[in-house]
Amino acid sequence: MSDEQNTNSGQVPAPVDRSGEVIGVRKGMFGANNGGDTSGYGGLVRTVTLPGATSRPYGGWFDEVADELEGALEEQDLLPSEAIEKTVVDRGELTFHIAREHLPRVARTLRDDPALRFELCTGVSGVHYLGDKGRELHAVYHLRSLTHGRLIRLEVSTPDSDPHIPSLVEVYPTNDWHERETYDFFGLVFDGHPALTRIMMPDDWQGFPQRKDYPLGGIAVEYKGAQIPAPDQRRSYS
Amino acid sequence: MTTSQASSRTTTEGTVYTVTGGDWDEVVESAAKADDERIIVNMGPQHPSTHGVLRLILEIDGETVQEARCGIGYLHTGIEKNLEFRSWTQGTTFVTRMDYLTPFFNEAAYCLGVEKLLGIEDQIPDRATVLRVLLMELNRISSHLVCVATGGMELGATTIMIYGFRDRELVLDLFEMITGLRMNHAFIRPGGLAQDLPPGAVDRIREFITTMRKNLPEYDKLATGNPIFKARMQDVGYLDLAGCMALGATGPVLRSAGLPHDLRRTDPYCGYETYDFEVPTADTCDAYGRFLIRLEEMRQSLRIVEQCLDRLEPGPVMVADKKIAWPAQLALGPDGLGNSLDHIRNIMGTSMEALIHHFKLVTEGFRVPPGQTYTALESPKGELGVHVVSDGGTRPFRVHFRDPSFTNLQAMAAMCEGGQVADVIVAVASIDPVMGGVDR
Repeated sequence: MSDEQNTNSGQVPAPVDRSGEVIGVRKGMFGANNGGDTSGYGGLVRTVTLPGATSRPYGGWFDEVADELEGALEEQDLLPSEAIEKTVVDRGELTFHIAREHLPRVARTLRDDPALRFELCTGVSGVHYLGDKGRELHAVYHLRSLTHGRLIRLEVSTPDSDPHIPSLVEVYPTNDWHERETYDFFGLVFDGHPALTRIMMPDDWQGFPQRKDYPLGGIAVEYKGAQIPAPDQRRSYS
Repeated sequence: MTTSQASSRTTTEGTVYTVTGGDWDEVVESAAKADDERIIVNMGPQHPSTHGVLRLILEIDGETVQEARCGIGYLHTGIEKNLEFRSWTQGTTFVTRMDYLTPFFNEAAYCLGVEKLLGIEDQIPDRATVLRVLLMELNRISSHLVCVATGGMELGATTIMIYGFRDRELVLDLFEMITGLRMNHAFIRPGGLAQDLPPGAVDRIREFITTMRKNLPEYDKLATGNPIFKARMQDVGYLDLAGCMALGATGPVLRSAGLPHDLRRTDPYCGYETYDFEVPTADTCDAYGRFLIRLEEMRQSLRIVEQCLDRLEPGPVMVADKKIAWPAQLALGPDGLGNSLDHIRNIMGTSMEALIHHFKLVTEGFRVPPGQTYTALESPKGELGVHVVSDGGTRPFRVHFRDPSFTNLQAMAAMCEGGQVADVIVAVASIDPVMGGVDR
């Protein structure tokens, strides 16, 4: 099974499948997973695949940005293939998957290089891919260049066992609150952040609410004589 | 403080310390000895001039703010988490409640993201897109009116507050007629709109434009040239372009620093590139400049609304794909607005396919191909970005809102430190944060 690869190591596996990245498996059709599915769809097994790495040419200004970034990294004696794990072009958006240890250098280059000039960071968004073993937690940054009118995405992944990512507050001070928010909800630790504390949840809150293994909670309510279960207990379609 | 160590005595078990609470008298004494008048003031979270439940922690020396910090999270409702447990269409009901002064922007940003993931941007009917623009621009007016009104109230200018809410009520009346609700509409849906305009709406909107054109100069007469108003606003809440870029401030805050950055122009969506409007800027970097920008943006929004009305053509307002289009066939029945009897007759009596589509969409929803997308639009407060991730299921895998209020509020410290306590209120009001959007 492809979703069980690299379960024991904290290393980031190199994406081998060019057609996409498997992040999980879906079974059945109606969310029944304890043998109650008599619909005939119970044996259905589908893999969930995110768009995989794209090979050149990326099209439009994407190639220009990728060339400039690779060139600028090479000037700093950093092998582009080491910093950029893969490049994905999907739905007209350009994503660089960055190795986490090189993130600040890449971000600084993107901000300062005159040909790139991504001055504005729109913050960080965490995503928890529970099925993406070894790289469960993703931090997603969107950078906007006002000079060139461009938008790119940086994606960094870490394993659940070692949720550390270098902070970008030094490069983009706006990320101060955004990183606190992502820490608050996902438990991603941004090393080098000036004061990484909870921002939304109470200071003494236990757990990280937006992780996929954290329950939504809620209580059943009565409606017209029937008990309606809490939202996370209701039937879901797999 | 003096050295106040716990007293200790040695026993056979080792040293035993006797720990007691701090001596209050000592604290008072040392505070009296200190020559500065530094005190820490908690402003809020329940304070009429802090825009909802914003807590400001100010360290002040006399009347001067030495340090300013925000405490937020009092209105956190877990909307992003909740979205992961509802279908894609149900999501609009949640996002509309985030920044409750800009419901249409939240809905539109979310729906544009979902449509991009679905790959149906080109199939959205023109009428739906034009109506989205129309609703968003009306919404921009109502949001700016609240900002101007509450900002005035916080200065003690109650007349401008009355005027602002009077005019906002006109916009909300339009919303009520079009969507049935004054706020929290859930009217923009993935694929289009819930409903078409009701009869007579176009005339009502034209009437509103006329009324608004008459009312807007009143704000100028009341405030723009008013020396007291200017004295309170000018050079207050100063944030220059470098500060804006570093802190990620967008919207009127950024434009008051002189940069005409408006996503409607620089990264157009919903066909904004075809509309004729100006992007007002100021070079004062202060609260007064932001006030003037908001006034001018309302005028520009009226222009856009007018252009929308001119280019409205009859047609569908929902995408034709029956596997996505929500089967909302609403009609006014004897017991209020509900599913139209014609639609029920159709699905129950005539068309098996329509019944299946209705059942599948309402219970299961539609599936969105895996992937992620970021869509941004220019809300009245700045760049409202939505990061939507799908894993191919009937529910969003992750939705993150980059709310402009949240980001802009970070600039509060930079604007307030070194200024007067009274100016904190003006600076925060000029950011126009809405805590529903900040905390989500």
